[in-house]
Amino acid sequence: MKEIVAALEARRETARLGGGEKRIDAQHKRGKLTARERLELLLDEGSFEEFDMFVEHRCTDFGMEQQKIPGDGVVTGWGTVNGRTAFVFAKDFTVFGGSLSEAHARKIMKIQDMALRARAPIIGLFDAGGARIQEGVAALGGYGEVFQRNVLASGVIPQISVIMGPCAGGDVYSPAMTDFIFMVRDTSYMFVTGPDVVKTVTNETVTPEELGGASIHTTKSSIADGAYDNDVATLIQMRRLMDFLPANNVDDVPELPSFDDADRIEPSLDTLVPDSPNKPYDIKELILKVADEGDFFELQEAYAKNIVIGFGRMEGRTVGFVANQPMVLAGVLDSDASRKAARFVRFCDCFNIPIVTFVDVPGFLPGTAQEYGGLIKHGAKLLFAYAEATVPKVTVITRKAYGGAYDVMSSKHIRGDVNYAWPTAEIAVMGPKGAAEILYRSELGDPDRIAARIKEYEDRFANPFVAAERGYIDEVIRPRSTRRRVARALAMLRSKQLENPWKKHDNIPL
Amino acid sequence: MTRLMFSKILIANRGEIACRVMRTARALGIATVAVHSEADKDALHVDLADEAVAIGPAPAAESYLVVERIVDACKATGAEAVHPGYGFLSENAAFAEALAAAGIVFIGPPVEAIRAMGDKIESKRAADRAGVSTVPGSAGVVADADEAVRIAGEIGYPVMIKASAGGGGKGMRVAHSAEEAREGFERARSEAKSSFGDDRIFIEKFIVEPRHVEIQVLGDTHGNVIHLGERECSIQRRNQKIVEEAPSPLLDQATREAMGAQAVALAKAVGYHSAGTVEFVAGQDKSFYFLEMNTRLQVEHPVTELVTGIDLVEQMIRVAAGEALAIAQPDVRLNGWAVESRIYAEDPYRNFLPSIGRLVRYQPPEAGPAEGEAFVRVDSGVREGGEISMYYDPMIAKLVTHGPDRAAAVAQMGRSLDAFHIAGIEHNIPFLSALMEHPRWREGRLSTGFIDEEYPDGFQPRSADEAAERVITAVAVVIDHIGNTRRQGISGQLASGGYGFPARRVVRFDGREIRLSVSGAIPDFSVAFLGEGAGGDELVSVHSHWLPGRPVWSGMVAGSQVHVQVRPTVTGYALAHRGVMAFADVFTEREAELAAHMIEKVPPDTSKMLLCPMPGLVVSIAVEPGQEVKAGEALAIVEAMKMENVLRAERDGVVARINVEPGDSLAVDDVIMEFE
Repeated sequence: MKEIVAALEARRETARLGGGEKRIDAQHKRGKLTARERLELLLDEGSFEEFDMFVEHRCTDFGMEQQKIPGDGVVTGWGTVNGRTAFVFAKDFTVFGGSLSEAHARKIMKIQDMALRARAPIIGLFDAGGARIQEGVAALGGYGEVFQRNVLASGVIPQISVIMGPCAGGDVYSPAMTDFIFMVRDTSYMFVTGPDVVKTVTNETVTPEELGGASIHTTKSSIADGAYDNDVATLIQMRRLMDFLPANNVDDVPELPSFDDADRIEPSLDTLVPDSPNKPYDIKELILKVADEGDFFELQEAYAKNIVIGFGRMEGRTVGFVANQPMVLAGVLDSDASRKAARFVRFCDCFNIPIVTFVDVPGFLPGTAQEYGGLIKHGAKLLFAYAEATVPKVTVITRKAYGGAYDVMSSKHIRGDVNYAWPTAEIAVMGPKGAAEILYRSELGDPDRIAARIKEYEDRFANPFVAAERGYIDEVIRPRSTRRRVARALAMLRSKQLENPWKKHDNIPL
Repeated sequence: MTRLMFSKILIANRGEIACRVMRTARALGIATVAVHSEADKDALHVDLADEAVAIGPAPAAESYLVVERIVDACKATGAEAVHPGYGFLSENAAFAEALAAAGIVFIGPPVEAIRAMGDKIESKRAADRAGVSTVPGSAGVVADADEAVRIAGEIGYPVMIKASAGGGGKGMRVAHSAEEAREGFERARSEAKSSFGDDRIFIEKFIVEPRHVEIQVLGDTHGNVIHLGERECSIQRRNQKIVEEAPSPLLDQATREAMGAQAVALAKAVGYHSAGTVEFVAGQDKSFYFLEMNTRLQVEHPVTELVTGIDLVEQMIRVAAGEALAIAQPDVRLNGWAVESRIYAEDPYRNFLPSIGRLVRYQPPEAGPAEGEAFVRVDSGVREGGEISMYYDPMIAKLVTHGPDRAAAVAQMGRSLDAFHIAGIEHNIPFLSALMEHPRWREGRLSTGFIDEEYPDGFQPRSADEAAERVITAVAVVIDHIGNTRRQGISGQLASGGYGFPARRVVRFDGREIRLSVSGAIPDFSVAFLGEGAGGDELVSVHSHWLPGRPVWSGMVAGSQVHVQVRPTVTGYALAHRGVMAFADVFTEREAELAAHMIEKVPPDTSKMLLCPMPGLVVSIAVEPGQEVKAGEALAIVEAMKMENVLRAERDGVVARINVEPGDSLAVDDVIMEFE
């Protein structure tokens, strides 16, 4: 027995070294941690249980039979994040550059299967060179099986991908099908084809960072939901994110003891909306003053800033905040903003996370660029997402709710549960100026008369009362009491029951 | 001729002073009328008043400075008297006359006194006549070098030899001896001739390291005038007072009495009544010379109120109502020490550029009795959710502390500044906090050049001394511990072996790593600084009821009351305390070990970029990529708060790239363009 235990320890020791000291040092020199170090930081101390530590590849081509390293380039297993189960896999760049072999893929698949069966989240840490070329088609098959499992798990358990090094070719599609992608600034990149191929095919000269660095994917492509300065910061933030997420699609949202008073009144919100309808204000101030302790985990912060999305808590329970941002493009809905919010709304709906929507939207963005880009279908995605969502939906209109965008933003008509408006709300088909100019086109030549018409329209519709008279608004509330009202509405909706008709799946306008 | 006390007064001002006057009026049972511009319709002073009258658009010249509007407002509301506050119309003789003509009492000095003291030359003459010491100097133009030496000898060295037409340091010479006086005279004269075409030269006493000391006087309409001791206001930046105190660390009782007597003599000579201030420039040798007299309530009057226990606004109102002073000179006793910090909406890190915008958070420190025998007073003119506009003075509040002695008042100021939380705009609290810790300030070795001498390259946060480091570290680790402990209560944990976390932590900031362990729960914690005590760990007890989400951590660290401003960051907390700004990571030991591999990100070199100085909208870009620009050339126009701001090149260069387009909205520090 003693010898066996000693042999086990020796084998473990070897496996833990992965690609060896030299490669570990090289990884450190780049400011990157090894796969096992990353898992140590992601999971509670001492909670990681590793599987398949001794798995080796079975490739015999190109002299691969001479090179076997236990683990085969990926570290897999499970552990806890703040006491809650999470399945994990981390590509080990020190072993064959983290490249994917058949055996490597099987390790990931095993973890995916277990996570799905155990109904617990799965987190993948990526830092790898793609398929193991020596294995050829076997590697491709491996990818396909991983992809299939991503899809089956989608909407059942949260799946998170963290890109902490290279991630290219076949490696990118598994993250792409997970719920969230986070990146490490300057040391990670993600693209389907790398700079060399790009140069050959299109003659463009780009660096990996310009092609697929965090700076691109957080601002231009919207592939990444966030980025942090280094490995340690990223993993600490992933632990923070995990505290917001439920384990699966039937569990309740996690509840964290709250130190914040649900009845907290914020008098300063009474002056948040400026007197001038065209003056912007920061909607994030409202989110931060409503959410528990001002704690807000924003997603896609640097992309389509005209809409703000992210997680917060009300009375200790996770909610998803969606808010038009008047500071950017007056909070207008364009294709990017619609897609960004739609995906978030659907995530929340998948995982029983109530949605709190703050509305100040002047409409959809006009123009050829938007129409040619398919604004109709992109805008429809957000409308679709809100309309199909069955989780509790609480909406507060702070100022403008114009036109079709009013309907989209979690209105009463698409099953908003509780719809509040501030006294400053204006719910109308369009702004008073535009409306008067259409209704009284014949008077356009007379500035005095048209001004009077604008005033007339303003007096009639630039308030929340026309909508409230029809019951489209449940209650006009004082801004200062927004937190209390939203918290009460969510508490009342805690046992909400609503089901959509049975269907194989819906056909959202992709 | 005592008349009945007023039943209603109007306050022709805004901001903190309007609020402060209303407070006293209310205490006296007098109804108050506020006036306000369009920009101020939701301002604090409007809400505090019993009535409010709109007097015009935002610019002061069209509202607060329009005499007829104020007079009309008085008539409309039936206000019997007007308190002008400071600034605006407070020293405007025509305003006082207009009120008198309308039968409204001006709560301030007589018109003649305002006039007499409002004129530099006339006030100096009046001071001379009243026997007030003025800066000695040549009576007229100095004819030649010999005369210069003679006069200098009479005045006493050092002397300032200056050109009549001089300015900007040109044609000015300081002489410490006869030889220097002779040479300086010749030099100054030739320089003046070539620079200004005017070679008239004067000589006057040069005051080395001058200090600003002023005497508060109070008179009634019955001929009584007393003084309430002095204030020192030497901490100034570009002639703007920032910190004031009473009494002055410079003065002794004899000097105080001499100064006071001269101030009273001047006030009597000009028939003064109400509150007024006689300003002196003082040498380090306690010599003092008349500067000017301010015929109004001063911004810094609270320090006098705290050391004398006399409400100056109340006295002004009573005097205006015709009452005789109930206080005689021997009744005036100076008790303890008071310090005032002016809170400005200015960015200390950007050369004190005014900062405007919404007060997202405004939480002044607790007022009233504080630690030990200290007392805190906060005179605010704003509130959370208010707007700081560019139309008015950027001073938003005054924080005043009182203690039995100077050290106690200064220590309380440090604590109260730490508890003063403002968000949404930039403010000078970091600067004031650092100043309170400055050894030279603490020793009271002041001069009006203090800020230029001590902060020649602008303001930088103080680096942490041992005490500040202890507090910051202990607070950071306790906050982290509260979060960890709370996380143990999250739902959905593994049935066996839920969340456990190591008690040992590593706090990193400013390149230092401090190892600690922490235990306890709200409100009592124990922090051990590992291996730092004699023969083992140093235990520090921490007591606090702070809860996550609050921007100011308040509690006891090792028995001392402290406040620390806290804000979560990605890997820890940003903590501000006593002028130190620390970005502290709080790691487990393993995190710290692995964090050592992380590569420090070097912030991008911004010297070759044009950064947006304020949130705003790009109106136009004046240059193109590849274009050569000269220093001072306009590069772009950014509109903020309806004002177009022209951004200019700081140095010569070539535009490499332009990152924004007209119509883009920008945040502070967004890169507008880059240079080669």
